[in-house]
Amino acid sequence: MASAGRIVPIPVPENSSTRERTEPIAGVPLIFELSSEGRRGTDLSPRAAGDRRGAELLGAELCREDLPGFPELSEPQVLRHFLRLSQLNFAQALQFYPLGSCTMKYNPVVNDELAALPGLAGLHPATPAHLAQGALELIARMEAALAEITGMDGVSLHPAAGAQGELTGLLMIRAYHRKRGEVRHKVIIPDTAHGTNPASCTLAGFEVIVAKSNKRGYLEAAEVRRLMSDDVAAMMVTNPNTLGIFEPEIQEIAAALHERGAMLYLDGANMNALLGVAKPGHMGADIVQLNLHKSFSTPHGGGGPGAGPVAVKKHLEPFLPMPRLKNTDAGYEFDAERPDSIGRMRSFHNNFGMIVRAYAYTLALGGDGLAMASRLAILGANYVRKRLQPHFPSATGEPSMHECVLSHDLEKRADVSTLEIAKRLLDFGIHPPTIYFPLVVPGALMIEPTETESKEILDSFVEAMERIYDEALNDPERVKNAPQTLPVSRVDEALAARKPILRWEKKG
Amino acid sequence: MRFMPHTDGDVAAMLETIGAKHLDDLIAHVPANLRASATIKLDRGRSEAEVVHEISALADRNTGATGFTSFLGAGYYRHYVPAAVRAVIARAEFATSYTPYQAEASQGTTQAIFEFQTLVTQLTAMEVANASMYDGASAAAEAVLMARRLMPKRQVVAMSRALWPDYRATIRTYLSALKGLEIVEVPFDDVTGATDVAALDRIANDQLLCTVTGYPNALGIVEPLGAITEMTHRAGALAISATAEGIALGLLRAPGDLGVDIAVGEGQSFGLPLQFGGPGVGFMAARTIHLRQMPGRLVGQTRDRDGRRAFCLTLNTREQHIRRERATSNICTNHSLCALAATVYLSLMGRSGLRDLAERNVELSHQAADVLERAGIRRRFSGPFFNEFALKVANPEAALEAAERKQILAGVALGSNYTELSDALLVSVTEMNRGDEFGRLAAAIAGGQR
Repeated sequence: MASAGRIVPIPVPENSSTRERTEPIAGVPLIFELSSEGRRGTDLSPRAAGDRRGAELLGAELCREDLPGFPELSEPQVLRHFLRLSQLNFAQALQFYPLGSCTMKYNPVVNDELAALPGLAGLHPATPAHLAQGALELIARMEAALAEITGMDGVSLHPAAGAQGELTGLLMIRAYHRKRGEVRHKVIIPDTAHGTNPASCTLAGFEVIVAKSNKRGYLEAAEVRRLMSDDVAAMMVTNPNTLGIFEPEIQEIAAALHERGAMLYLDGANMNALLGVAKPGHMGADIVQLNLHKSFSTPHGGGGPGAGPVAVKKHLEPFLPMPRLKNTDAGYEFDAERPDSIGRMRSFHNNFGMIVRAYAYTLALGGDGLAMASRLAILGANYVRKRLQPHFPSATGEPSMHECVLSHDLEKRADVSTLEIAKRLLDFGIHPPTIYFPLVVPGALMIEPTETESKEILDSFVEAMERIYDEALNDPERVKNAPQTLPVSRVDEALAARKPILRWEKKG
Repeated sequence: MRFMPHTDGDVAAMLETIGAKHLDDLIAHVPANLRASATIKLDRGRSEAEVVHEISALADRNTGATGFTSFLGAGYYRHYVPAAVRAVIARAEFATSYTPYQAEASQGTTQAIFEFQTLVTQLTAMEVANASMYDGASAAAEAVLMARRLMPKRQVVAMSRALWPDYRATIRTYLSALKGLEIVEVPFDDVTGATDVAALDRIANDQLLCTVTGYPNALGIVEPLGAITEMTHRAGALAISATAEGIALGLLRAPGDLGVDIAVGEGQSFGLPLQFGGPGVGFMAARTIHLRQMPGRLVGQTRDRDGRRAFCLTLNTREQHIRRERATSNICTNHSLCALAATVYLSLMGRSGLRDLAERNVELSHQAADVLERAGIRRRFSGPFFNEFALKVANPEAALEAAERKQILAGVALGSNYTELSDALLVSVTEMNRGDEFGRLAAAIAGGQR
């Protein structure tokens, strides 16, 4: 069993000036509370004698007087503060982290070193192209690799995140129809979709039509045909869907859309199931966005940065965002003449630091390794599903791909909720799965083990889940009062929303 | 494969539990035609040493990253990054965690974000800040969308033409699908390089939704933000400021003190490497009365069951995973690790250090401008500048080439984004430049004009 003892609550120091009798605080004071006037954590080289000060050069009317409340600490104090904060986190490198749909696989540490090479980290985005050919070639190679992996024709690495990739794709679809003289207002989205899909549609000016999955948990082409009209611009489909099921009728769905001139937008959030298994381009997708922080192993960073490339078929290539790389006799450069492009989604080129890491990962695995990664991810999900079947049955009878969605009867039998099960898992040193998603499964537990976790880890997870099931029936208070071994006990999220405190303010 | 722990025995045992014989039995339900054509035709996998060799070879070909004296800026700035910043963000506890959905297991990330939010409000003198955005340009676009939600009946978005070209382009893309909005570019004054306040005055009426102003702007000029804000408010509209050089906020009057309603910007200067333009980190700050229309993640302070202070994501009923098509934005994550880098950086610089650094940037840039002027190379605009200024150069391309031959990256030709500025070269001077470089820069630019 995974040890729960790795995270140790940190006691408040006796001499902490912030300690108040009436207001007990958690382990680590805020950086602002550690400040003492006059301290600093940086030194500048001395200014040349006789120079006028910057504030004088600019004129007092343009300058502020002070930065009230800003931290004042020495370098070692700052370092200790943030290292102590780091110890309060669960993380993939430390714990099993089967957060469904997030693909928390191992992030190879060498990739961080590579992104930090002076030739990559020190490269200014306005460097003339002929002095940045290595970076441009890396971008070109990654575009080519993703085109091969997805079975698409053209790739842009421009979008900063998966959600921005979605918006990019939808704006391209809109531009494509307009170019053909058509204005279409609707996008079909299944009831199992991630929340970003409908939110992106709204931003792209589309109205959402919801398609219902069938009882077996997948979409039928007949349902798509029923909703189809000439006002439908596209359908967004996540495949495998959020129940972890491969959409068996995806090719028929693509045909139903194409017959009426609509596009198939494939959400590649779950690409970790498809590497060398099935290519979105062959399913009939016109566009697919990828999340490099998922299948391509770039660190999730506590919630970004990621990268959300879009891959498209030929007919959508002219609409790809700016800037777009082209290969000329003189080498690679960015193409400024692209009249049909939807334009920019962000500054400069792309989240290059994440592209470097993802490219290094793709090189490390190669075609065969990527195919094996998906197969082992699928093996892990089906293994966990099978072993947990007696207490946590699958929400669907269909075969699982890289993740499984389970349910349970503890709510009815013991008044123990999915949230409480999740919190109890923390005491076992395991990050909980995604919970209450997809929305179509009440009390869902969405488990994505990934290919980088061993059989022993999966076994210990199964044992923990079984033990929690027993506890819920025999000692429910233990589950309801979890977690007990973390730096804080159950956090009151309702209070946070009711009385928002969103920044530290100096007292008195 | 070194990242996957499965022995043959593990695979056999797991398959047996499942009731399958081969790995491919698990995907037998995927349509056969798709499986048949799914082979990924890429090279074999590589050892770590081979990967390092290959990527290093690409890095070595970026000759512009090392070995040049650089004056490149234009939205991304060369600043020294203290080692302590890298030491913190390299921690796997931060780098390999995800969005802090489970507050109890994420107090490190949530508290750091809370500190980031506080620092942004202090820098901007605003009341609330979110957990970060992708970058300055997308934050500016999100700010305009936020303004639209606050005042849905107004139609005119007035962007200063001296706002960063990438920011203007991103705003245009983000608004391109929304009905009933008109984007107007407010010209800049050809002499001062600041937004033409008289031109703004002519369109400041009850249709005006918001103004968007670079602070400093894309020509290096410190805008009269107070006057612009006042004019914006007189029309009942919202004033948005966008800062690409965050260090400037250590010295310039804060947007909040000048009346700005939404202050956004790019935090790359706060401890992030240049990295060919990304990832950076956008910041967004606003007034409390506008909080419910703010996009992005927010971390709030609360308590645990034992009364201890704790932090968690909050007010997420604004967000896509709850509100779906009615969300304030489609943004899912932020740029959390980059926001952490900024938090560490700003903590190290601190109250006096950040101001000192900002002043040093002003001093060096003014020293450079003086050296250039003595060599007969004048500034294109007369307005006040922070650490970046435009030079009037008859042939910027020739100047850049001449400088490159002397191992100098002299700046960015403004003509590529402003047809009316084909005679202007944007030069950025930071604490990474040394006084003895300015004479070389002047000689190289002058050499290119002969």
